[in-house]
Amino acid sequence: MQVFKKIGVGLAGLLASLNVYADYSWNFPEPVTPMALDTLHVHNKFMIITAIIFFAVLAIMIYSIFAHRKSKGYKAVADKAPSTAVEIFWTLIPFAILLLIDFVIMGIPAYHSVVMMEDTRDQSTMVIKVTGSQWRWQYEYLDGDAKGIKFVSNLTTSDDQLHDKADKSENYLLEVDNPLVLPVGEKVRILMTASDVLHNWWVPQFGSSRVAVPGFIRETWVQVDKAGTYRGQCKELCGKGHGYMPVVVNAVPMEEYKVWVAKKQEEQKAASEVKEMTKEDLIAQGKTVYEKNCAVCHQVSGAGLPPAFPALTGSQVALGPIFGADGKYLKDSHMDRLLNGKGVMPAWKATLNDTEIAAVITYERQALGNAATVDPVVQPAQVKAARE
Amino acid sequence: MSTTTVAHHEEHSDHPTGIMRWLTTTNHKDIGTMYLTFSLVMFLVGGAMVLGIRAELFQPGLQLMNPDFYNQLIGVHALIMIFAALMPAATGFANWMIPLQIGAPDMALPRLNNWGFWLLPPSAILLTLPFTLALFGIGDGAIATGWTFYPPLSVQGGIGVDFAIFAVHLLGVSSVMGSINIIVTLFNMRAPGMTLMKMPMFAWGWLITAFLLVATIPVLAGAVTMLLTDRHFGTHFFDAAGGGDPIMFQHLFWFFGHPEVYILLLPVWGFIPQILQTFSRKPMYGYKAQVYSLWAIGALAVVVWAHHFFTAGMPVPALLYFMYSTMAISLPLAVLFFCWIKTMWRGSMSFETPMLFAVGWIILFGIGGLTGLVLADVAADAQYHNSYFVVAHFHYTLFAGGIMGIMAGVYYWLPKMTGHMYNEKLGKLHFWLTAISFNVTFIPQFFVGLAGMPRRIPDYALQFAEFNMISTIGAFVLGLSQLLFVYNIISCARGGTKATDKVWEGAEGLEWTLSSPPPYHSFNEQPVIK
Repeated sequence: MQVFKKIGVGLAGLLASLNVYADYSWNFPEPVTPMALDTLHVHNKFMIITAIIFFAVLAIMIYSIFAHRKSKGYKAVADKAPSTAVEIFWTLIPFAILLLIDFVIMGIPAYHSVVMMEDTRDQSTMVIKVTGSQWRWQYEYLDGDAKGIKFVSNLTTSDDQLHDKADKSENYLLEVDNPLVLPVGEKVRILMTASDVLHNWWVPQFGSSRVAVPGFIRETWVQVDKAGTYRGQCKELCGKGHGYMPVVVNAVPMEEYKVWVAKKQEEQKAASEVKEMTKEDLIAQGKTVYEKNCAVCHQVSGAGLPPAFPALTGSQVALGPIFGADGKYLKDSHMDRLLNGKGVMPAWKATLNDTEIAAVITYERQALGNAATVDPVVQPAQVKAARE
Repeated sequence: MSTTTVAHHEEHSDHPTGIMRWLTTTNHKDIGTMYLTFSLVMFLVGGAMVLGIRAELFQPGLQLMNPDFYNQLIGVHALIMIFAALMPAATGFANWMIPLQIGAPDMALPRLNNWGFWLLPPSAILLTLPFTLALFGIGDGAIATGWTFYPPLSVQGGIGVDFAIFAVHLLGVSSVMGSINIIVTLFNMRAPGMTLMKMPMFAWGWLITAFLLVATIPVLAGAVTMLLTDRHFGTHFFDAAGGGDPIMFQHLFWFFGHPEVYILLLPVWGFIPQILQTFSRKPMYGYKAQVYSLWAIGALAVVVWAHHFFTAGMPVPALLYFMYSTMAISLPLAVLFFCWIKTMWRGSMSFETPMLFAVGWIILFGIGGLTGLVLADVAADAQYHNSYFVVAHFHYTLFAGGIMGIMAGVYYWLPKMTGHMYNEKLGKLHFWLTAISFNVTFIPQFFVGLAGMPRRIPDYALQFAEFNMISTIGAFVLGLSQLLFVYNIISCARGGTKATDKVWEGAEGLEWTLSSPPPYHSFNEQPVIK
């Protein structure tokens, strides 16, 4: 028994020492949307009720364990069958208490919360489409000034950090290249879908979480009431990159949001312009695109992870012809794979622009140990033509 | 076992020896022993897997395995613990104890019983073989979708998914055969005078379990078969591109999956009151109320499934229905808790190992039950869903509520089964180590879950680091202390103080009227219940 006491003291000490960590959290993170606030209230209320029930019952049990012991000479007292009236009374009272807790104290607020959570229409001022794909989030603004803005949000934590070869950054695994930007105080309707498997777009401080289902549109909404950067993760197992598709949302005041929208529209317009590029420029840009989007499966070196993810180095697709005699791209060619995907390989035509696709094809054909001689370089204009 | 009474015709004890005895046996005690041994072995295999998982989660960063292997471990860990450790343990007790408790000479369908067991080892091999095949470059390892098989991820997966589907088919066939056997035995072979409402509580728990299994296993088998045809034969049950719906799989899966929770727990709810009455030295309180509650829970079990995926998207009325019906389970469960505690109240309690486990079980399972009630709330569930809060919750129900319950049963019946007393000091040490390290493992998981750590991720953000470290330390203590359990069982089977027929001072019931261990063929003369 002495041993247990020592272990107990040790554990208590360990737990107490943890309080030093200032950002230590014992409950939901600070809510910043009406939904998260509601969720927190519901959670706290239920926790208090269940804690009261638990400790009351535990206290009775512990009393019994110490008082009604054979070692103390306590003799068992047989339970007498109660009279029917007493029995009914003692059955109905606890049932009434439970019914009250379940369906009134807990049930009524829960009803209002559910109705509020599902109401995506009232007063929503903008619509955003969120698409989950293995393993990144894509955002598209569907109306207003921001209409047409779309981009992909990738994890930026380096491979070295994952494998303990570099110091981990402050927002390890919760940092992206292009965060979603939302205006503060606006009710934003979110349409959710997926391109391959189930995903779940979740920011704990928003309190909303909805599964993204391929082929279906699900709805939810957020209204961020406080400016800041909020981080979350995919919450539905979606394959080997499940732990590596964070959600980052920048909530900014309306004026700042408008500036961002204008800037983004400009950038997007510039990027979608199709112009002739040199091989070197294509390879340089292709490297960035490749490492952001392709390396997670095909690896930075191009060696792949066979059999699920084939190597690109020496691959027939990356070395073979792209265009037929008529100038159209061939079925199962490098272009076909990039635009339309096949099996586990996603289709990229909706995600990457002409320049990016041209760059990454050129990169895959001229780097990663490859030096294709047939169709060595693909120009953005050719991608544009291939789309049509 | 008597080998000297060959001349004595009634004994029928001339059975094969060595390996043939176990391969061909139709004896309920032998089959029960095989089930329990299989369960113990698979418990250690599943436990070893989870120690790999916890070791990887000891600190942020990937140290031991790649994410794909991590995903394989979590799924196979769950499948093994549920289908190959917990369910066979309950079936093992059923085989051993139900005939003894109802005064029957054996199970009603002995050959079916043998077959039911011998389907288990092949399915365990099917579950674990892909790991080995991957080492030789065949396939890409075991199922990596978690135990829930959700499409489209499972349609995308490698041959590990097919292996898991066939394993589940075999396990399902085995469970259904076992269940039919138990139903037939309980309805036909009770000793004269034992009406249904005089059946031991364990028999009641198992009767309802058996009905749930027969009702829901075919649905699971159908769902995974549809998945198989989607994978290989061009159907589109779960593919929107062909008019299907991935969420339909979740409905089918959890129509089985939620009753499965009660399938794992009802046998335990059966024998825990028997343990409580034995060590409180007074009859169990509210026998009828407990039986009715078990039925109520069995009935509610099949109408609440969708609370496992509130966030998948459902109409508001459906959300509300599944929330309120789930909350309603708290009523019969509260009755059970009340009866268990009232059985202890003003008893003359002593705390041998089975009683320690039973009392610890009530407390820890209580935490699992209460957090389950909170999870039923749709609004809060948006936060809890697929977070570590859920992981902690279902380990309180399935490790504490399931496996620690089974451990109580093992210590309770081991002297009866082997004829020897186990080492009481070691048993108590095992209980305290298990109970404490279990809490050290899973309490931190409630907190990381609330703070926003999703489940099934191989690596995590830095703010979750301290809690995960504590949890891993707890898990290793928990895992290693199970070696005490194994040692105690083996040494008890090999020898030790001779157990009396009654074993426990307060034991009541037909199984305690037989010798310890009981003869190979028991109740050659039918007992009569007055």
